[in-house]
Amino acid sequence: MRMVARPLACLLLALAAALAPLAHAADTAVPTEQDPVTQARAVRLEEQLRCLVCQNQTIAESDADLAVDLRRQVREQIAAGRTDEEIITFMTDRYGDFVLYRPPVKATTILLWGGPLLLLAIGLAMLARLIRERRRLPDAAPLSPEERARAEALLAGTPRKDKT
Amino acid sequence: MNKKLLIPLAIFGVVFAFLLVGLGLNPREVPSPLIGKPAPAFELKRLHEPARSHGTADMKGQVWLLNVWASWCVACREEHPLLVELGKAKIVPLVGLNYKDEPAAGIQWLRQYGDPYDLSVIDRDGRVGLDFGVYGVPETFVIDKAGVIRYKQIGPVTVEALEKKILPLVRELQKS
Repeated sequence: MRMVARPLACLLLALAAALAPLAHAADTAVPTEQDPVTQARAVRLEEQLRCLVCQNQTIAESDADLAVDLRRQVREQIAAGRTDEEIITFMTDRYGDFVLYRPPVKATTILLWGGPLLLLAIGLAMLARLIRERRRLPDAAPLSPEERARAEALLAGTPRKDKT
Repeated sequence: MNKKLLIPLAIFGVVFAFLLVGLGLNPREVPSPLIGKPAPAFELKRLHEPARSHGTADMKGQVWLLNVWASWCVACREEHPLLVELGKAKIVPLVGLNYKDEPAAGIQWLRQYGDPYDLSVIDRDGRVGLDFGVYGVPETFVIDKAGVIRYKQIGPVTVEALEKKILPLVRELQKS
């Protein structure tokens, strides 16, 4: 009996050890905002908003104090039942379009959005012109009989006699 | 001159101009959409008399400055002597917004460096600051008699900004 009990105890111990982290996870309080749908929505919004302190980060990525405040603002407004649009407007009303990671298409941002297309168009136009010019070039003057003979000799691999 | 040479030269010129202008811009200065709009209303506890409150409604009818400051803010120390002078000159009411600060630390800071403010109010959690689009303390707003924000200084107030922009604007607004 004792021979059986020891492995069994070991097994139970191992099982308990394996399950311990799970038990711990269940202990931690889950904040209400971590309801997966709301959480995903909050993160999606936060990824669209620029942190004005560290300007190349979204507020989802940044640890700046301001980003923390703005994240809290987003979550509170979601909890208050605001729509995504209302939340974005709330931010742009205070911080301007700069707060949007994706700048809106406007008269002032036309160059930003259209610039790459414009450059592409210019590049294509230049390429087309170049090709057309190449085509228009006159064919090279036909070879003279001596030149032809020399070329043939070269192609045939015969050593040249006319070494000067 | 060869016409073909002019094209790269023109491209270079355009790129050069853009980069040159870009050099002169400060990316940290984001134009505030609040300029020309009514200042967000607030009603906050006074720093020195928490039992009493003070807000935008109390400032109606006068031109005033709102300066966002905090004891933890290093750049605030830079502009502070200038503000102390401005406070002494009694040209325009100066209200301090003690932004995301420990009130005791704020009071101590003013004791140490001087208190230029007619009064300061406590924005403990930074909500009013958020309404004002504050992202880099210190910031200073010029607000007119009707309660509309007319100018925003991002970062420390400099002698230049004060003499060339803020004070002339204040005088002009006071006349109207």
